[in-house]
Amino acid sequence: MPTIDLTPGATAAASFTLERGEAVPALIGTHEDFLIIAGLGGTACDVGAVTGDAPHVYSLGGAMGAAAMMGLGLALARPDKRVLVVTGDGELLMNLGALATIGVIDPPNLAIVCVDNGHYGETGWQQSHTSLGVDLEQIAKGCGIKRTRTVAANDDIPGGTRLLREGNGTCFVLLRVKPTDPPPFKRNFDAALMRNRFRAILRDNDGVS
Amino acid sequence: MDAGAAAKTGWQHDLYDLLRRHGITQFAYVPDAGHTVLIDLALADPHVRAIALTTEEEGVALLAGADLGGARGVLLMQSSGVGNCVNMLSLIKGGRFPFLTLVSMRGDFGEGNPWQFPMGQATPAVLDAMGVICVRIAQPEEVVPAAVAALTMAFKAGQAVAVLLSQQLIGAKPF
Repeated sequence: MPTIDLTPGATAAASFTLERGEAVPALIGTHEDFLIIAGLGGTACDVGAVTGDAPHVYSLGGAMGAAAMMGLGLALARPDKRVLVVTGDGELLMNLGALATIGVIDPPNLAIVCVDNGHYGETGWQQSHTSLGVDLEQIAKGCGIKRTRTVAANDDIPGGTRLLREGNGTCFVLLRVKPTDPPPFKRNFDAALMRNRFRAILRDNDGVS
Repeated sequence: MDAGAAAKTGWQHDLYDLLRRHGITQFAYVPDAGHTVLIDLALADPHVRAIALTTEEEGVALLAGADLGGARGVLLMQSSGVGNCVNMLSLIKGGRFPFLTLVSMRGDFGEGNPWQFPMGQATPAVLDAMGVICVRIAQPEEVVPAAVAALTMAFKAGQAVAVLLSQQLIGAKPF
């Protein structure tokens, strides 16, 4: 019978070595290339540190598990734009079925980055399933998402950055980082304000209502 | 389809046409007998996307994302699925997203499966608790006017609205 080593950090340390404050900006590259959905908690800060409190970013402060599906709805609504979801391992684990739903639809303008630190940083650094043997890239692959990659070292980042911008199917990048705090950023928690300004920039740019 | 069957499901065709005329382009669904006609019409329509979900809460988030991009969608689910959506409706309420769902009821009127009653009976209360306005339909002739009302409240007034299709309308499973 297979066993999982439940010793804290047993499988984590080896591959969770990148500094998130450097790796996330490097992986995203030019953020203006995307409409962005940021998951709650650390990834909202990761994205905010890159973009500032910007109108082309919708960042969650709750509704855990929403990020990937919001990205799908947005990508289908706006096939002319590239949509980037940046979310954490805990947020994605809460709604794993979303990867199956996305794999079936496979919109070419959707890219998902999972910032995987193997922990629930906001709630007291409990280990998540990803530091106990669960591999979200393999799950994404198993859900039919054909273009997937794990970025666990600096040398992997440029390939990941390119993958996020290629256009023939949804892509998924698992970014493994150290279990450390995200960059400090004062998040915008006004969900309605973010909605209105997000829609407004699309309307203003393109005349779409 | 014979004439009797067509009469029984004719309202579903009217409802689909109405949703399309109101600009609905994303039909998110969890497979359900009560929504079979709508699901099949959406799957066959090259101008819309029919999105099969693994759980209903995915649909709530999907429709919020669609709205960010200026598109309109509807979530087709069974009353049991309403329970799966509860926390995700925080997104709709907090973000003041328009939201439209069509809920086929179970555990409602003439149901024979006791497992369907807890969530079926709780459905209006759960939706109400999360700020979703319920419009209940029991007769075929009520479908179009109720759907027009729901579409107006959702997409003109920005409200969250659930149209509850009762088992008087869609029939009860006798088992």
